[in-house]
Amino acid sequence: MTAYLLKRLAIAIATLVLASMVVFAVLEILPGDPARLMLGMNASADQVELLRNQMGLNAPLAWRYLHWAGGLLSLDFGRSYTYSVPVIDLVRERLAVSLPLALIALALSTIIAIPVGLFSASRRGRAGDTVAMGVAQLGVAVPNFWFALMLIYVFAVWLRLVPAGGFPGWGAGAWPALKSLLLPAVALALPQAAILARVTRSALIEVLNEDYIRTARAKGLPYRAVLWRHALRNAMIPVLTILGLQFAFLLAGTIIIENVFYLPGLGRLVFQAITQRDLIVVESVVMLLVAAVIVVNLVVDLSYAVVDPRLRTRQ
Amino acid sequence: MRLWKTILAATVLALAAGSHAFAARTDLVIGIPLEPPHLDPTAGAAAAIKEVLYANVFEGLTRIGPNGEVLPDLAQSWTISDDGKVYTFKLHTGVKFHDGADFSADDVKFSLDRARADNSVNAQKGLFAAIDKVDVIDPATVKVTLKNPQGSFLYNMGWGDAVMVSPKSADTNKENPVGTGPFKFRNWAKGSSITLVKADHYWGAPVFLDKVEFRIVPDAAAYVPALLSGDIQAFPFFDPDSLAQVKDDPRFKVVIGSTEGETILAINNKKPPFDKLQVRQAISYALDRKAIIDGASAGLGLPIGSHMSPANKDYVDLTGLYPHNVDKAKELLKEAGLENGFKATLKLPPPSYARLGGEIIASELRDVGINLEIIPVEWAQWLDQVFTKKDYDLTIVSHTEPNDIDIYSRKDYYFNYDNPTFDKIIADLNLTSDETKRKELLGEAQKILADDAVVGFLYELPKVGVWDAKLQGLWENAPIQANDLTKVKWSE
Repeated sequence: MTAYLLKRLAIAIATLVLASMVVFAVLEILPGDPARLMLGMNASADQVELLRNQMGLNAPLAWRYLHWAGGLLSLDFGRSYTYSVPVIDLVRERLAVSLPLALIALALSTIIAIPVGLFSASRRGRAGDTVAMGVAQLGVAVPNFWFALMLIYVFAVWLRLVPAGGFPGWGAGAWPALKSLLLPAVALALPQAAILARVTRSALIEVLNEDYIRTARAKGLPYRAVLWRHALRNAMIPVLTILGLQFAFLLAGTIIIENVFYLPGLGRLVFQAITQRDLIVVESVVMLLVAAVIVVNLVVDLSYAVVDPRLRTRQ
Repeated sequence: MRLWKTILAATVLALAAGSHAFAARTDLVIGIPLEPPHLDPTAGAAAAIKEVLYANVFEGLTRIGPNGEVLPDLAQSWTISDDGKVYTFKLHTGVKFHDGADFSADDVKFSLDRARADNSVNAQKGLFAAIDKVDVIDPATVKVTLKNPQGSFLYNMGWGDAVMVSPKSADTNKENPVGTGPFKFRNWAKGSSITLVKADHYWGAPVFLDKVEFRIVPDAAAYVPALLSGDIQAFPFFDPDSLAQVKDDPRFKVVIGSTEGETILAINNKKPPFDKLQVRQAISYALDRKAIIDGASAGLGLPIGSHMSPANKDYVDLTGLYPHNVDKAKELLKEAGLENGFKATLKLPPPSYARLGGEIIASELRDVGINLEIIPVEWAQWLDQVFTKKDYDLTIVSHTEPNDIDIYSRKDYYFNYDNPTFDKIIADLNLTSDETKRKELLGEAQKILADDAVVGFLYELPKVGVWDAKLQGLWENAPIQANDLTKVKWSE
């Protein structure tokens, strides 16, 4: 187990270093000059040059990479070109929206998907299964921005239960803040739940065809007990993999939903930073996300070991 | 007499109490599409900065009114020397910055000197180029000496980039803007909203609103639900394509106004074959402005024939010079030796006027034999490739700065247009303050650009505002980048 952990850790660090180089290189060759963007079309070339110097953009590429990467090691993520505040402050503000949103959406999607998957798998081919999977198919197919707009029209415009968008900040109180995250969380959760339910179902069906399930049934265990204790546990590995991927997506890939609900999330920060060529923000946030994905994958890998004892002993 | 006074006083009191009970609301949430990168109007070109702060938080010596007129602001009056080179401004007294510092002639000198300094990062540094020196006469009087007479000097001083700042707070205005205006900055929740509140001791006419929140709504799809739910009460810059959902709703007012945005098909004038006048004229004949306006601005834009807003007092209508005429266009191409047509690229920045207009223009030019390859670009790429490196054939962009016909005389500007006659007119214009003479010169300048078909002149970008029907005082037009809230109030 220790060797397994150490190996995983070494891979994680190598991935981070490699990612930092790729991210930096890719963004540097992107055409566009943050200084020209800030000064606009009426500024002279000299003025743009002046601002480039002030922003430290004229230093050699290698020096800037080392400066930035060195900063990352001491958890210094640099200062935003456009906002001129530390990147970490920007990220912290955005995570206060994105993290709770991702967690609520993930919880919702799990709560919906696992029972639906179980239900469908145990009634394979019957009416209930067909209906459930039909709905899931629809959930995968419907674009989430459209679904989000429908939610807004029903719950914000018509019923006026929640705001149509925006985020008042946690300073405005826990309930108003949570309320403004409810619709986006549902809009994010349903397509994810649809995917997760389908994966749960197919994983379960595969497991239910295994010999040991037949053995368990043959020795007289009730169907329900077989389903929950033997089948679901063994079907969890693909489900956990998907959950891990979904969490990474929910953290930063939710730009469309953030736009529709005008939430100040991490996705919008990155998008805005790219359009304004606020490279340091993009680079640092992408690195944080890479780190987050690596951690989530590590957690998922470790949880395989929890559900499957064989992985614990295998070297 | 005393009785009368008592009755009057009682009536006033009763009215005051009565109106208090039914007091109109004093808060407002305004939706804006883009977040300002920072909050210092003297250090950035982003329109969003001025659209939050101009006239609300920051004020200048002069200011631009709702119809583009120059009005006194912190300078209550001024005199101009006979040679047109010395401006003596008389300032309002008792003016304070929001941090309590007094505003005086020293701050004027500081602000102007800062904006024109060698290390200035003012995005419109050119506005201050004519200033030779700024002298403080007394705390309420300041004398600005110009290197040469400048007709547009008072107008220039009304720009958002020329507002007055205090030496104490100038360096921190990006995060915490401190001005002299009727509203002071309260809070900026990044990515979400910027809140202003009524300032305590404002020198000028009191404002009606106590609290204003600018909420950033990046997706046009969210505008209508935000209005319908009442979360946001005004979108001064609405999405023309979503108008159908609100235009017949009595709860909202739809206001179509003008902007200073000349939307053009820019042409690289030095790059063959666009260096030939016939080719550029052929393009102008090939363009069907009506179709472009219908497709790219929901039919709301006003056609232009040169680089001037139809709302401008010096506007000359030149839209009839190159009527849509496919045969004429083909004929001109033949004269230029291009009867078989040619290929070119059309680079399109992100705004919908460019992306939608580009499709239409590509199909119109195809009809006369010019095959365009459409290349969508981001703003950053556009500024880099098209604007700075001039690596383009054709592009579509809206030039939103007011009174900017002089860009065609700039050396090394991305049009690559070089016409000494035109340059001479602009140079004369800069030295002229006489209104009649200026009108004449501006008329000539417009004609030259149209005759030369320097670019394809398309239409003036419309300003489409939608807000609560009970809201009054928002600007109909956008003569300058601003959301002036000084006259905005809720009707009872």
